[in-house]
Amino acid sequence: MTSPQDGHTLTELGHPPSQPGASVLVIACGALAREILHIVNQNGWTHLDLTCLPAKLHNRPEQIPAAVEAAVLKHRGAYGKIVVAYGDCGTGGQLAALCKRLEVTMIDAPHCYAFFEGSARFAAHDDEITAFYLTDFLVRQFDAFVWQPLGLDRHPQLRDTYFGHYTKLVYMAQTEDPLLDDIAHECATRLGLAYERRSTGYGDLPSWLGTS
Amino acid sequence: MSDEEDDLILADLPDDELVPQMFDDLYDGLREEIEEAVNILLSRGWEPYRILTEALVGGMTIVGKDFRDGILFVPEVLLAANAMKGGMAILKPLLAETGAPRVGKMVIGTVKGDIHDIGKNLVSMMMEGAGFEVVDIGINNAVEKYLDALETEQPDILGMSALLTTTMPYMKVVIDTMAEKGIRDDYIVLVGGAPLNEEFGRAIGADAYCRDAAVAVETAKTFMARKHNQVTHAD
Repeated sequence: MTSPQDGHTLTELGHPPSQPGASVLVIACGALAREILHIVNQNGWTHLDLTCLPAKLHNRPEQIPAAVEAAVLKHRGAYGKIVVAYGDCGTGGQLAALCKRLEVTMIDAPHCYAFFEGSARFAAHDDEITAFYLTDFLVRQFDAFVWQPLGLDRHPQLRDTYFGHYTKLVYMAQTEDPLLDDIAHECATRLGLAYERRSTGYGDLPSWLGTS
Repeated sequence: MSDEEDDLILADLPDDELVPQMFDDLYDGLREEIEEAVNILLSRGWEPYRILTEALVGGMTIVGKDFRDGILFVPEVLLAANAMKGGMAILKPLLAETGAPRVGKMVIGTVKGDIHDIGKNLVSMMMEGAGFEVVDIGINNAVEKYLDALETEQPDILGMSALLTTTMPYMKVVIDTMAEKGIRDDYIVLVGGAPLNEEFGRAIGADAYCRDAAVAVETAKTFMARKHNQVTHAD
């Protein structure tokens, strides 16, 4: 399968299918492209193909179900099975209802932070309501995905309006990369938050893909 | 902005130009200009309630419409709200003194496990602008805190907000507890927040889901009118 697009492309445009003849298509959020492709290639799962929707849909979650539905309908005829690599992702159950209607499987988790850490482990952090989470993708795309959409590049005075009740930034690291660690730490400083790094690896994602 | 606009002296504008200028300044999130204009109108003998409704709420209504239409985005709305807050801070003590009409009373808070309050704060501000007395109990509220506030404040309306898919079901816990205690029908329950929708509002037993602050105000007014009609009818 072809290597992932750059972060900007994954944020704005997504990623097209690239594995002709595969029997299963994974429709994923662009924020998961690198990780899914790595897992698929590592395991030699040639039956799996991947297409990603633009990661920026996360900033308008109400648009995710319609985009997923369009992708499922577009690709349904070309694959024996389609799975959806999204959690609820702020859709308030709308994505789950859609997947049920279309009879496709999705990830049973509120969002990617949860399944990267492992949903059960993540749910056990009931003392973490003041934590702001980043993944590898979000660290790389912090400016495009967080800072600019919130208008903090233009109006830095709004920072505490958004983050005043947060206390720490938790970087859930999928990979061991000191550079990303440094960037994540800097993100925490920019948001005025304490910093914590948590090495999660890919969490529940490989086992979920393995059953797809 | 042109030099001419930079040099604009608000005090030189007649009322019929100053109010549209306030709409523009609210739209641009210019708090100091709004505060100055509010003081100018007060000095010209405008009633505080008139300034609030005609200038501030009028301006924020335009902001709200453009937000709904995708012309303005959250950062710009927050700046506009901050500007309006500046004007409201001047007017609020005067409104109390001048006996401005009170449409109703609302207790509002974000549910347990959720610290997000941007939407809630916008609703609070717009409700106050529309003449409601608002008691904001803040973020991360357990059911007991809602019940205490209802008992203490005796509002007409309970407003609950949530931003997270994981916290929005807690609204049902609050409504179910109210029902168990036999007080559910004593209040109008309005819910809102990004992941919610009308179906969810119905499913948990709320009176209405409000998709934004402007809808919350209109919905609250409608329910209050119905409530008054019921009382009148019973009399």
